[in-house]
Amino acid sequence: MPELTYREAVRDALSRAMREDDDVFIMGEDIAEMGGSMAVTQGMLAEFGPERVRNTPISEMAIVGAGIGAAMQGMRPIVEIMYEDFTTLAMEQIVNQAAKHRYMSGGQLKVPLTVRTQGGAGWSPGAQHAQQVEAWFVHVPGLKVVFASTPTDVRGLLWSSIYDDNTVIFFEHRILYPIKEDVPEELEPIPLGRARVHREGEDVTVVATGRLVHEALKAAGEAEGEGISVEVVDPRTLQPLDEETIVASVKKTNRCVVAHEAVVRMGFGAEVAAVVQHQAFDWLDAPVERVGSKFTPIPFAPVMEQFVVPQASDVLDAIRATVGRSNGR
Amino acid sequence: MAKVESKKRGGLSQERLRGLYREMLLIRRFEERVEERFRAGDLSGFLHVAIGQEAVAVGVCQAMADGDVFASTHRAHAHALARGMHPNALMAELYGKTEGCSHGYGGSMHLYDVEIGFLGANAVVGGGLPAITGAALAFKLRKEPRVAVAFFGDGATNIGTFHESLNLGQLWQVPAVYVCENNHYAESTPASQQLPIKDLAKRAVAFGMHSITVEGQDVEEVLRAADRALEYARSGKGPVFLLCETYRLVGHYVGDPQVYRPKEEVKELRDTQDPLDRVRAKLDLSDEDFEAIDREVEELVDASVEFAKAGTDPKPEDALKNIYA
Repeated sequence: MPELTYREAVRDALSRAMREDDDVFIMGEDIAEMGGSMAVTQGMLAEFGPERVRNTPISEMAIVGAGIGAAMQGMRPIVEIMYEDFTTLAMEQIVNQAAKHRYMSGGQLKVPLTVRTQGGAGWSPGAQHAQQVEAWFVHVPGLKVVFASTPTDVRGLLWSSIYDDNTVIFFEHRILYPIKEDVPEELEPIPLGRARVHREGEDVTVVATGRLVHEALKAAGEAEGEGISVEVVDPRTLQPLDEETIVASVKKTNRCVVAHEAVVRMGFGAEVAAVVQHQAFDWLDAPVERVGSKFTPIPFAPVMEQFVVPQASDVLDAIRATVGRSNGR
Repeated sequence: MAKVESKKRGGLSQERLRGLYREMLLIRRFEERVEERFRAGDLSGFLHVAIGQEAVAVGVCQAMADGDVFASTHRAHAHALARGMHPNALMAELYGKTEGCSHGYGGSMHLYDVEIGFLGANAVVGGGLPAITGAALAFKLRKEPRVAVAFFGDGATNIGTFHESLNLGQLWQVPAVYVCENNHYAESTPASQQLPIKDLAKRAVAFGMHSITVEGQDVEEVLRAADRALEYARSGKGPVFLLCETYRLVGHYVGDPQVYRPKEEVKELRDTQDPLDRVRAKLDLSDEDFEAIDREVEELVDASVEFAKAGTDPKPEDALKNIYA
């Protein structure tokens, strides 16, 4: 089994799709000679040429919109938005156009577009290069939203996103690009809408996304030392959401923590908490705890950034709270 | 004979001109019926009619070929009819019926008909230009001799999607025609309050794009210019900005009291800038001939209303379909 980084796994999915299918192409800022600002598309220009690895102007609404138009003609374009903060510039095209053409046309059109983007804190870029904005997109009927946390998942989910007939907003996390994992030689597509149970446990379910999956696994390891058995579930696809797996896990553990890097307030975790309380109300032994960033823009100074953004210790505190332990405070 | 010769200026036969006139008249009568049915309380929502702009729609759409695609604006009925949508399908959509061109999911501002290459009317000003650029990119990548056409107004030339799309389209030399219907008003706001330049072609020239300006009230001129524009794009020379100078002889929306312009302005425009008058003057037809065309068109419009009224209401829960493919 080859070992791939998360970065290489994304590239592998893109390249395999492009080798097999002339209708797949990628476009975005700095993705050709430079190989993308995160080096994800490095080497792809040499293999596929400038027609299919298209450098674009800094022009987010036009490149997303061009992706929509090519997708409506049956191609499967993948647009890279360099930082998820910049999806704001393409919001009209994503929300009013890509998400709604199928509906407004009464089912005549499909928009099989994949918008790849990345972001996240942990390297002090400040407030306009480190947000986590997935909650904005899960609120829009017509879009699918994916947030992968491991090399295997990112590869299999990206493949499924490219071949999904809907527009998929595909989130990657900057801090995860270098992590490595053995992956199968053959790419195994991972169906959208299916959660992954990373670790089984008996006492608390942690539903975590993106970087927080890894923080949750760390926290679970520490909790084990305290005698608390933690199950970690990564939804992987935020829209559609695998409610069944999440609810089944909570019915088993009777406690739930939701963890993401985006701000807690009005976040994706609020929806998960609502699903859990509604479908597993009688099973819950404690309020659902939420972990996420404090309600601030992401600050620059590393000590402030560290303070605002959730870490394993925050997940551990939330786990303890659900079992009635106050962390000695 | 001399009179007839002069009417054949531009090379269009009388028969062809008659056909264009009939298309324009169908749009006019359809739009008048939309206004009437709205006032009668039949129609819901937000309606924008294209009375005064028929020559642009017919001239451009007649220049398009099978396989070409287009996107329109909130003022889309004319483009739909001119490209061959049946009045029944359009009227049924305005009535919110399943027989409508968008099966009741779209409405006046979201007309679609993929069969005729209609990729959508768009209720966001400038919203359709990027996708037309992308459709044209797909044609180029697949080496298909097809052209993508975007309709938009002068107001849209102020929004980012216009500039980003023209920049990208020209940079990538895609087979697109960007058709600006300059009716000199962005909703209620006159050009003097929203455009710092008079000649909008300069905006395309700034991107290095080939630009053609045409008198948009003359259907013959529009057709000739659109033929050139589409041929240019189809032959791989790059996109074209086709600027059509036109006039809206009615309000922005049906029911608009037009407090922002004097009544005399509208009257003068109706007297001097009606594209139907322009083409009538070129046609060597008797009063009886004109009346016959009028009757034929009126019957079609009557039938469309009957068809729409007899149409099927969607089930309320059908609202939950077509969200995902």
